[in-house]
Amino acid sequence: MVGEAGNRQLLRRALAGTEKKDDAEIIKLRGLVNGFGNKVLHDHIDLDVHRGEILGVVGGSGAGKSVLLRTIIGLNQQVDGTVEVFGQRITGDMDSPAMRYLEMRWGVLFQEGALFSSQTVIENIQVPLREYTEMSQSLMDEIAEVKLAMVGLPCDAGDKYPSELSGGMKKRAGLARALALDPELLFLDEPTAGLDPISANQFDELVNGLQKALGLTVFMVTHDIDTLRAVTDRIAVLVNKKLVIGTIDELRQNKDPWIQDYFSGVRGRAALAEMDTEAH
Amino acid sequence: MSLQEGASAEAWFKLDQKDGRLAMGGPWTIAESARLDRELNALKLSSNITEIDASKISRLDSSGAWLLLRTRRALEAAGAKISNFSLPELYQPLLKNLDQPRKLEPHRSRIPPGFRGRLYKIGRATVHAGTQAIEMLAYLGRVTVETGEAIIKPRGNLRLAAMFHQVEETGINALPIVGLLAFLIGIVLAYQGADQLKRFSAEVFTINLLGVGVLRELGGLITAIIVAGRSGSAFTATIGTMRVNDEIDAMQTMGLNTVDNLVLPRILGLVIALPLLTLYSDIMAMIGGAFMCYFQLGITIPAFLRQLHEAVTVNTMLVGLVKAPVFAFVIALIGCYEGFQVERNAASVGLLTTRSVVESIFMIIVLDAAFSIVFSVLGI
Repeated sequence: MVGEAGNRQLLRRALAGTEKKDDAEIIKLRGLVNGFGNKVLHDHIDLDVHRGEILGVVGGSGAGKSVLLRTIIGLNQQVDGTVEVFGQRITGDMDSPAMRYLEMRWGVLFQEGALFSSQTVIENIQVPLREYTEMSQSLMDEIAEVKLAMVGLPCDAGDKYPSELSGGMKKRAGLARALALDPELLFLDEPTAGLDPISANQFDELVNGLQKALGLTVFMVTHDIDTLRAVTDRIAVLVNKKLVIGTIDELRQNKDPWIQDYFSGVRGRAALAEMDTEAH
Repeated sequence: MSLQEGASAEAWFKLDQKDGRLAMGGPWTIAESARLDRELNALKLSSNITEIDASKISRLDSSGAWLLLRTRRALEAAGAKISNFSLPELYQPLLKNLDQPRKLEPHRSRIPPGFRGRLYKIGRATVHAGTQAIEMLAYLGRVTVETGEAIIKPRGNLRLAAMFHQVEETGINALPIVGLLAFLIGIVLAYQGADQLKRFSAEVFTINLLGVGVLRELGGLITAIIVAGRSGSAFTATIGTMRVNDEIDAMQTMGLNTVDNLVLPRILGLVIALPLLTLYSDIMAMIGGAFMCYFQLGITIPAFLRQLHEAVTVNTMLVGLVKAPVFAFVIALIGCYEGFQVERNAASVGLLTTRSVVESIFMIIVLDAAFSIVFSVLGI
């Protein structure tokens, strides 16, 4: 384990790293292979995510979207190929100094929020602050309040326990915790799944606003075609164990049957028709 | 105060009282914010400051932006009129995002500090204990009525298969552990008894000690405590997990009575299993005792049995066994009740399982004491 002084050193270094903007590819996958037993999920995938962009990942159920995300953040060991984040190789050892250095520079929002159930929302947000900084309690309280405001949660939500929150509020609280250390890279796993359309829209706006204000790079797994349309710069479609990457307009021209189905199904058409009328 | 102007490695700020100017620079980031917070708090703010020059800030994140915003607000609160505020264009959106009218009170715990807080906690615990006692009593009533109905006028609501599954689960599967522990208790009791009684040359009364001690008290008590830990906790965990998964709600919407389906099989199953288990543990403890008497005191098995026959009657054992169904009822009742109290989170299952075991063991010992008093009054 790294001591507290070591943590501060790492945080300094992590932030110093943010100042030189040479690493244009924030995430770099090369020849990534993933699979379980005989089943291959990802067959030699390449992907580059650039600084400041929002990338959406879509694919059918069981296509391995979440596995891809988990591989990038080091929770799943790939069979073959390399994963680099901020120019740093991802290893399975989440506690190594190299990985901790990365863990400070990214924030992850899990599907259900993954809030620590024994702590209030405020305490949840303060967990990374307590671990990596030497802030006074009053400053931590202020920062936690700032994060709550950033994700649009009311003040009184801070004292609540996760079990007292609705699904949408849990996601917002999870996002506030993911943003606690002001990461440059944000991973979102199905951020709008299970939300009503209004909350989902608000969440889309929130991610857009935060991305502009903080200059975030966002890697987002989603099923929601409205979110894809409203938020993402590029979309990576996981189909036939490969990634097809492009903007929404490029993908609509794609001949692959699954992609055709996805973007021209009833739900897809409605969302995209709206987009076309906006464009005219 | 850090005044390394120009060096970008550390965040800095400089207050120029003469010009009424507060200059800032360097990386105002989360790594620097603990130090900046301390230094900014130590700063004397006066109303003659008219300019905040943050244009030399090389990097700003939301923590740094908050400190900047807080300082500006504090200056304005102190009566200063900020006419000039400069910040790199890049960071304007971030500051604007944070600078929304919102009551930013310091976080306050729900529990007031000091003596009032303690009083508050005592009050809350008392109310909680009271409510729980009432709920438990209501639950006891409901379950008793339904158990009675199921036995007296069965209307097909007795799930026999489920009940015998519970007998197997709580009784037969517990045989190895209960047997081993009872055997060891027998050995320990015989060994210690023999050691003390030898001084009076009354070794043979070891068997009396063993017979009365185990059959009347220890056999039933030890078995009930093991079962509370083994099966009571399982009841709470199973029903609790079902609650977390909405299975209980699903059962109710299908018109399935949860007491009939989940509680009664467990209660009746355990009421059948525990007396049998107690009898078994009595026998195992006697075997352990006889084993020890043979090797330690040289008392042969026939001699052991003859002395045991003198020492105890069937009544002694019945007094021990009659408590078992009551213990079983209490263990199963508490186990199921706490299971239904589980809230929709994982931590709650663990918490209530612990509570269920502690409450069952507590109740077993209290009831055992109550039985002792009743028996002594009745002269049994």
